[in-house]
Amino acid sequence: MTEALLSIRNLSAAYGMAEVLFGVSLDARRGEVVALMGRNGAGKTTTLKAIIGMVEASAEALSFAGEDIRRLPSYRIARLGLGYVPEERRIFTDLTVQENLEVGRRPARDGRKAWTLEKLYAIFPNLAEMEGRRASAMSGGEQQMLTIARTLMGNPDMVLLDEPSEGLAPVIVEQMAEAVIAMKATGIAVLLCEQNLHFAAAVSDRAYVIEKGAIRFSGTMAELEANDEVREAYLTV
Amino acid sequence: MTLLKVTGLNKRFGGVVAAKDVAFALEAGDMLAIIGPNGAGKSTTFNMVGGQLRPDSGQVLLAGQPISGLAPREVWRRGIGRTFQIAQTFVSMSVAENVQMALISWHDQIMSVGARAETRYRPEALDLLDLVGMRADADRPVRELAYGDVKRVELAIALASAPKLLLMDEPTAGMAPKERAQLMDITATIARQRKIGVLFTEHDMDAVFAHADRILVLVRGEIIADGKPDEVRSNARVKQVYLGDMGVAAAMRARRGRV
Amino acid sequence: MDLSFIIIQSLSGLASASSLFIIASGLTIVFGVTRIVNFAHGSLYMLGAYLAVTIVPLLLDVDRSLPMFLLGVLISALIVGVFGALMEIILLRRIYHVPELFQLLATFGVVLIVQDLVIKIWGAVEIPGPRAPSLRHGVFIMDQRFPAYELFLIAAGIVVLAVLWLLMQKTRFGVLIRAATQDREMVAALGVNQAWLFTGTLFLGAFLAGLGGALQIPRVAINTQMDISIITEVFVVTVIGGMGSVPGAFIAALIIGQLQAFGILIFPKITLVLVFLLMAVVLVVKPWGLFGKSDAAAGRAILPEGILSLKRFGTVDNIVAGLAIAVLLALPVFGDNYMVKVGIEVLVLALAAFSLHFLIGVGGIVSFGHAAYFGLGAYAAGLLVTKGGLSMEPSILLAPIIAGAFAALFGYFVVRLSGIYLAMLTLAFAQIVYAVCFQWVEFTGGDNGVVGVWPSSWASSRQVYFCVVLAFTLSAIIALRHAIYAPFGYALRAARDSATRADAIGIDVRRIRWFAFTLSGAAAGLAGGLYSFSKGSIDPTMISIPMSVDFLVMVLLGGIQTVIGPLVGAAAFHSIKDFFMPLTDFWRMFLGASIILMVLVFPRGISGAAASLTDRFKPAPKPAVAPS
Repeated sequence: MTEALLSIRNLSAAYGMAEVLFGVSLDARRGEVVALMGRNGAGKTTTLKAIIGMVEASAEALSFAGEDIRRLPSYRIARLGLGYVPEERRIFTDLTVQENLEVGRRPARDGRKAWTLEKLYAIFPNLAEMEGRRASAMSGGEQQMLTIARTLMGNPDMVLLDEPSEGLAPVIVEQMAEAVIAMKATGIAVLLCEQNLHFAAAVSDRAYVIEKGAIRFSGTMAELEANDEVREAYLTV
Repeated sequence: MTLLKVTGLNKRFGGVVAAKDVAFALEAGDMLAIIGPNGAGKSTTFNMVGGQLRPDSGQVLLAGQPISGLAPREVWRRGIGRTFQIAQTFVSMSVAENVQMALISWHDQIMSVGARAETRYRPEALDLLDLVGMRADADRPVRELAYGDVKRVELAIALASAPKLLLMDEPTAGMAPKERAQLMDITATIARQRKIGVLFTEHDMDAVFAHADRILVLVRGEIIADGKPDEVRSNARVKQVYLGDMGVAAAMRARRGRV
Repeated sequence: MDLSFIIIQSLSGLASASSLFIIASGLTIVFGVTRIVNFAHGSLYMLGAYLAVTIVPLLLDVDRSLPMFLLGVLISALIVGVFGALMEIILLRRIYHVPELFQLLATFGVVLIVQDLVIKIWGAVEIPGPRAPSLRHGVFIMDQRFPAYELFLIAAGIVVLAVLWLLMQKTRFGVLIRAATQDREMVAALGVNQAWLFTGTLFLGAFLAGLGGALQIPRVAINTQMDISIITEVFVVTVIGGMGSVPGAFIAALIIGQLQAFGILIFPKITLVLVFLLMAVVLVVKPWGLFGKSDAAAGRAILPEGILSLKRFGTVDNIVAGLAIAVLLALPVFGDNYMVKVGIEVLVLALAAFSLHFLIGVGGIVSFGHAAYFGLGAYAAGLLVTKGGLSMEPSILLAPIIAGAFAALFGYFVVRLSGIYLAMLTLAFAQIVYAVCFQWVEFTGGDNGVVGVWPSSWASSRQVYFCVVLAFTLSAIIALRHAIYAPFGYALRAARDSATRADAIGIDVRRIRWFAFTLSGAAAGLAGGLYSFSKGSIDPTMISIPMSVDFLVMVLLGGIQTVIGPLVGAAAFHSIKDFFMPLTDFWRMFLGASIILMVLVFPRGISGAAASLTDRFKPAPKPAVAPS
């Protein structure tokens, strides 16, 4: 399958007067994990929010699964099978773990097998143990798992994953990586925003590098790892 | 005398350590950048200097005088001007009026119901606008300006109280790339000419390495490096932090081999 | 006071707490999800009561039994629920993104429309409701007789709490409501269609209001003032509990029920004041109520709703202003008595509206109870003349001082809050003043007010009094206008535009807002004082919510973005009211529909609409939006 599942051409976005994106273009195919790398403030989060319809943006083209999603409200985009896992996690802290998952639940499309609580708990064993617990009582790593699980309950074809490794202990980061690999194994495409090169390298097929709101590099993950110049310029200090 | 001296600043939010024994110093005329990943404690440190947050412990000395725990208004009175990550201006006023407002406040005329505000301190305001290259736009409403220009106006507002120290929170965030360099150039020139110390946080590494005299790297509330740009650039620990933890990567690679 | 008495008193407190909770839970759920404070919630309650007094007797004719009674109550509540859902689809859906002030006003428009509808359908006289079969007797508790229906109400409150709890905890709809209360945007990103969620929420909220109303029919005679009297109580409950929190509403209802039950023993006249004082104290200690959370209204437009540019008067403006003043000066000479009377009223209202606009348009302080200061000025002047033995001159001068003193007292609390909580607190303070004037019959004359507030003999002719009013109002308006252009007004506007920036350049935001609130209250008080002498009497309508709303409508009608707008608005509003009110029995419906139309179509008022015509040829700046 070569046709792009998510296709973005010349995406620009601004918060009021503050411009953040200047013509971002990128593609992701079915089942592919694509990393969007860049430092803080480079425009990664805004790119994801613009795709899901949370930020006003303009684009030459912005399509998902063949549908133009430029003017669609967030919930319609989500229903097309595009899940969003925000960086701040945005867990419903007043709700229990199970209730958080319930909010995300949507039927599977095209007669595929739906994600069930059992399947999710197999990937995130911690969640099973705290089903009835209020989300506010969870650690950062547990919340991160919950927010991914919540999105998977919507049976997405693709997940926009914003900095899942941020601020987490190494052992949790490892579990995150496994979760991404498990998602890929079930055929879910992932657009992964990351600053952590090693995390991204462990799970991604291809990478884009964004800096000051524009794409500076695109290639396979191996190419990025081999390219000292790009790494020095855009990812480290 | 050292312009700004920060010693042993600590701040916790609930169980999270946002700043741990943060200590640094800044001389007049110098530019000091604080960098670090999200959640490293940059804003916390910044807000403790600016008076928006009260430190749990530690001291902030401005020209030898303790200022920690003072309200932002009082901190401003003692000589600290500041700009914000999202430019904060008075959107219903003209460019000049924005600066005049700061001058009126500096001269303690806020409660006056006498002569019209727009006639007060206009020449002084125009001079400040000249300094940031915005004099030609003095009478335009500030809300009609491009964002880069709003940031310059904000700088002029911050300069109205003739501060000893400027606090700039991500001065180039939200600006087009070419505007960024201009703003940093202007800031650096003013700082050197007027012997103003500048403490800034920034994600744009071009801006940091082109203009900072010294760089402070914060990670999880702690300073892990403090030095000249070249020193920080070649610091292995800093590089590691920015690219992610090597230990995890090794483990991951091993696992991926099995998958 | 023996134990049995305390228990009985406490039980009757529980019964009213139970009713309050049923109604308040609906308001708070609706607010949590839609972020709209539904002023019409009281109207839904009233509709529930009127429907019940119509439906329940029909059913009781079929079979005089408790189940039939309950069936009638339930049917009434369901009809109200459908009405609420329709209200969401027709109106609320269009105003989710407008400023809070407009939302409050639009839903108040519904209040007005429902009032006239109710009068049209059921008439203006009180309707006694049927008693509930099997619950007409009294129960003896520790030798004290207690009405069985009150016990039933307590049980009903517990049942509603239990059912709500089950709905919220055990159903997908409830889980979605709770999730949306916390983070609407994220709920949408998970694929939930908010439109249906909101409609469903309004159905639930309206159902609860209708249920609360229908359950009242055996207790009170149904009347057309039920809506306003309940809505203020319910506002207080939800604000104390924390907007959006059902447990909060429950706790607050319990507290208030007991406070009323026992307060009435100690301070029979001022139970309402006690309740509002409790609210003020809670808000000062916990600005978002007991269980509320700070409103993370991230991503909202930050361009303030108010004056956006101060232009100096040009030649044209000067000529127009000069002509207007000339016409006013000529009025007592050439105009007939009626015109002079209308002239006085327009001037007085113009000053009141201008002082309100000073708060809203310049300070960004959306007061929903400005009539309090107008009324305080009127009562101060009226009582000083009739009971204090003073003449007109010192009374008129003391009116703004007394109103200003109260504004300073109330403002001290008000300026600590923002947004919807601020609006609610101003409303609450206005209701305290209203309640005192209404209930303290010996001093204020209660509902009838006080007559005989006449000017001194030299000013007793309308023409002369007109000149007095003209001199006072014109100088006050000019002085206030001057303050807008002076550093004080600029600093106030600066604090509105960006409190962060104002604070960072040394402006004490709270202090300047407090001064502005006091000044504005004093100016409104002057208007009130002048008004009392023109009417020759004072009465509580001068302090009522509809009066506050009239002032807001004047400000909005004139255009909130211009300095002169409120003057135009006051003149236009008063003329329209004066012309149409005698012609129609449906003035309120007409006014309500106009308010809604204005919010939907001309949110910038007459002057604003004119300005946008001229602006059309200029590129409009994009509204600034804060990133979340």
